[in-house]
Amino acid sequence: MRPFLYDRATSADLAASALATSADAPLVQGRVDAEYLAGGTTLLDLMKLDVMQPARVTDITVLDARHGTITVTDAGLKLGALVKMSAAADHPEIVARYPVLAQSLTLAASAQLRNMATLGGNVLQRTRCNYFRDTSWSACNKRNPGSGCAALDGVNRQHAVLGASEACIATYPGDFAQALMALDATVDIVGAAGPRTIPFAALHRLPGSTPHVETTLAAGDLITGLSVPPGPWTRRSLYLKIRDRQSYEFALASAAVALDLQGGVVRQARIALGGVATTPWRARDAEAALAGKPINEATAADAARIAFAGSKPREHNAYKVALGQRTVVRALLQAATLED
Amino acid sequence: MADAVFSTLVEAPAPKSNMGEPVPRYDARAKVTGSALYASDVALPDVAYAFLVTSAIAKGRVRSFDLREARALPGVLDILTHGNIGDAIRPVKFFTEGGPASNSVLPLGSPEIAYGGQTIAVVLANSYEVARDAAHRVLVDYEIDRPSATFASPGAVDQELATQNKKHDDPKVGDFAGAYASSPVTVDVSYSTPAQHHNPIELFATQCSWTGAQLTVHEPSQNVYGIKNGLAAQLGIEPSQIRVVSPYVGGAFGSKGGLTQRTALVAVAARKLGRPVKLVPTREQGFTVATYRSETKHRVRLGASRDGRLQALSHDGFEVTSRPDPYAVAGTDASTRMYACPNIASSVTIVRADRSTPGFMRAPAETPYFFALESAMDELAVALAMDPVELRRVNDTMKDPIKGLPYTSRALIPCFDRAAEAFGWAKRDARPGSMRDADWLVGWGCATSAYPTQMAAASARVSLFPDGTARVETAGHEIGNGLYTVAAQVAAERLGLPVGRVTVLLGDTDLPPAPVAGGSISTASVCSVIAQACDAIRARLSDGTTPTGDLVAALKERGMGSVQEYAEWVPHGAPKGAMGMLYRGAAQPTGGAKLQDRIQFAFGAQFVEVRVHARTREIRVPRIVGAFASGRIMNTRTAHSQYMGGMIWGIGSALHEETEIDANAARYVNTNLADYLVPVNADVVDVEVIMVPEEDSQVNPLGIKGIGEIGIVGTSAAVANAVYHATGQRLRDLPLRIDTLVTGA
Repeated sequence: MRPFLYDRATSADLAASALATSADAPLVQGRVDAEYLAGGTTLLDLMKLDVMQPARVTDITVLDARHGTITVTDAGLKLGALVKMSAAADHPEIVARYPVLAQSLTLAASAQLRNMATLGGNVLQRTRCNYFRDTSWSACNKRNPGSGCAALDGVNRQHAVLGASEACIATYPGDFAQALMALDATVDIVGAAGPRTIPFAALHRLPGSTPHVETTLAAGDLITGLSVPPGPWTRRSLYLKIRDRQSYEFALASAAVALDLQGGVVRQARIALGGVATTPWRARDAEAALAGKPINEATAADAARIAFAGSKPREHNAYKVALGQRTVVRALLQAATLED
Repeated sequence: MADAVFSTLVEAPAPKSNMGEPVPRYDARAKVTGSALYASDVALPDVAYAFLVTSAIAKGRVRSFDLREARALPGVLDILTHGNIGDAIRPVKFFTEGGPASNSVLPLGSPEIAYGGQTIAVVLANSYEVARDAAHRVLVDYEIDRPSATFASPGAVDQELATQNKKHDDPKVGDFAGAYASSPVTVDVSYSTPAQHHNPIELFATQCSWTGAQLTVHEPSQNVYGIKNGLAAQLGIEPSQIRVVSPYVGGAFGSKGGLTQRTALVAVAARKLGRPVKLVPTREQGFTVATYRSETKHRVRLGASRDGRLQALSHDGFEVTSRPDPYAVAGTDASTRMYACPNIASSVTIVRADRSTPGFMRAPAETPYFFALESAMDELAVALAMDPVELRRVNDTMKDPIKGLPYTSRALIPCFDRAAEAFGWAKRDARPGSMRDADWLVGWGCATSAYPTQMAAASARVSLFPDGTARVETAGHEIGNGLYTVAAQVAAERLGLPVGRVTVLLGDTDLPPAPVAGGSISTASVCSVIAQACDAIRARLSDGTTPTGDLVAALKERGMGSVQEYAEWVPHGAPKGAMGMLYRGAAQPTGGAKLQDRIQFAFGAQFVEVRVHARTREIRVPRIVGAFASGRIMNTRTAHSQYMGGMIWGIGSALHEETEIDANAARYVNTNLADYLVPVNADVVDVEVIMVPEEDSQVNPLGIKGIGEIGIVGTSAAVANAVYHATGQRLRDLPLRIDTLVTGA
């Protein structure tokens, strides 16, 4: 870990404008020179590994009085960005009314990490690609733009089959983001120019030729909260996560599913995929294919096939196409049997 | 007090026939309360910190270093490289070639790179943080050669093991080819196992401090005398100038048995700086600082008559090793001797690649080789339409099929019967996929466990004091094997004292030498010599005819301050000069299939239930039952833990563990505990350990066989056999993964 300047934010606005200024000039090779520190479960890890080398770290944990609360009303769910993963996962109203959110959090990481990590940091968690996380691998476009991608022809069992480019096939590792995406959540951001709200689906960027730019956040932008609108599908929702071991592992494939059924027929289906894509991934074509149909083996299999229609497997991750499809089918059939 | 509370909270197996008391661990309180000091916990005054710089390429050479930025950091003291270390470290040979090294590449000996992760520089600084920061700022210009990663990589070289290691002899008997050709039922199948790393939670720490010409080394070790003598040869000093201290080891499993490159580097750094130096390599660096289990391949051919009797058995093993060192585990020594069979052939081929030298890992030979043998036995049972337990029964033997020598004892079938009964095997429907529970396919499988019964020369000093206490001193190793506890128990029993009155000192070369804690030899070797020393005390205090009852009373009667006896014990079949080799840190385990007059093994049987999700195909293991017969059990509590730990590791070995190797770079990729998977608590549900009583008066006077490794042997085959039973899919490559099950390959 390299020495850095440490300070504490006094308000989101001030923090954002301060970081926007300091981050302007020293943007070297795409590396932002300043970072926010919340739970630290990704940032400190990557700083010790020398993957991230911010010159300045602004601690925002002191803002939790303002941005650390959970509000559930009939108008929807509001989550402060500094809410801990464990607090949201265990919140009785979220468990009852937004099960997909609670499950995606409970199935992530370990109890210790969930007690530290915040929701705002969680959605920005960086990939677990080992070629990214170990600086001794010289070829990583995400860490060192233009250096190549060792994973393309390397060990890529964990890597993405959807949303990948020739520059990067690193998987987005999280779980919670898929649930937010399925529920059409929005993100509250404070930037140098003031506050704004964007769809959660507009937060992450596909790697394309610039995999080091992972989000649409500008320098200094700070996520202050997440909002989830109400809907008839939120109760009939679940998160299914498939992995090699029973706990404490990133998904090989996962599906966040929410269904609005009427008389056994789909009014709206929402499907987001994890473990298989470079970003949180909404399977909109698959959702559309289900509209107006009952959920059964045939319709679910059809939706699953559509969801993975554009997949591009590499040497070791071809199984993710079959596994991802089976995961979608299982999640849809299971969601259909949930009580209203 | 604490022990009393502990024993009421933790349910311990009751003592049984030929089994010792389930005494709580001698070191439990120290470990639970944190007062046990491990190597990196020892606070040395004015210590400097070392951080390794390791090679980012697997083959080639360092053209140049740019150390300017690193050296410029405040707090950096020095940076050792091949360019400035001079001849401070002398070359020593690999251990199979008569030397002490687990890796014969000379530390910082040249700019040449022999494997990825090789140490190429050591940064020394006033703090760990500065040393790490500086190490990240070391710039290396490499000249890169194309490396060979593994089997069949361009440039990898195959060699018959027998040509590379004179001690190896491929077991064979009869006419395999003829008998196989005429067998009515045959299987001819190939298997593979991946590279695996031990990943003990305690990292590979080393601290060195010099006082004049005397060097003290704090390093977790399974062989303190081995480190002492090997390091002396490397540094060109007398062994008497070195003390190695390792009272506690936070997991070893073979990875802390050998002399690695780091020890000499830290010793040289400490001498150069004139102050103590502490090195704690990172988890990632641990993948190449120490050894590992390399990947293996197997071809097994079995021929049987229709009643299941084996007529022909052949096992060909292939193992990856490094360019310089011919390491091999050669598990055919055991796998050819499990069953009655008149015609047996075997071979072992080593494959040289640009890799770090592999080394011992829990049941080094048997873990991969029994996955192959016991999977093939299951495939034969399917081909015969025979129950797999019955197949083992009809092929049971009390003789080594290769040499015809008698087993000292062998309770394989009693183990199968006890475990089968506890498991409920009789209720198994043999048809694959037939035992479904809602969305889950249920499969039951079993396999044989076995491990050679070995021992080595050992020495110990025991003192009895008039206050009714005793002290045991021996440089044995507590690696979780419970050696403190069983050493105290055997002394207490022999001296007629409560176990709480015995103090035990281990893991220090100031103590009389004990052999490496490997090959499941510690309890048998160390307890044997402690018993001998205790008996000598009893003899000294007796009136010359019969030993007295109360030794403490006898001590007081004679007005003696205390009595001390030193003993040396050499096992049956040990080579001449075994005690001298022990003092030189080179005691060789003897026993198993290596004896001239008999063969000695411990046996077991494992039964596994798996559940495979019918749709998404993830594999879970809700229960596992193992029954083992390993002679006298010194302590049923610590033994239970060892067996259970082995079985749990077997689950991990079957389903989770794999060191991923980049085929282009010949380097390890998943070098952390998030991506190198081991079972978590949720993966281990119900583990039942059955200790089958067994008496064996031949192996040693106490009748101890050793239990450290047998628990993992066969588990992975039992899991694979259960997966076949659940799904009808035969997975022959470890780890057994969802990848194959969902694609149907």
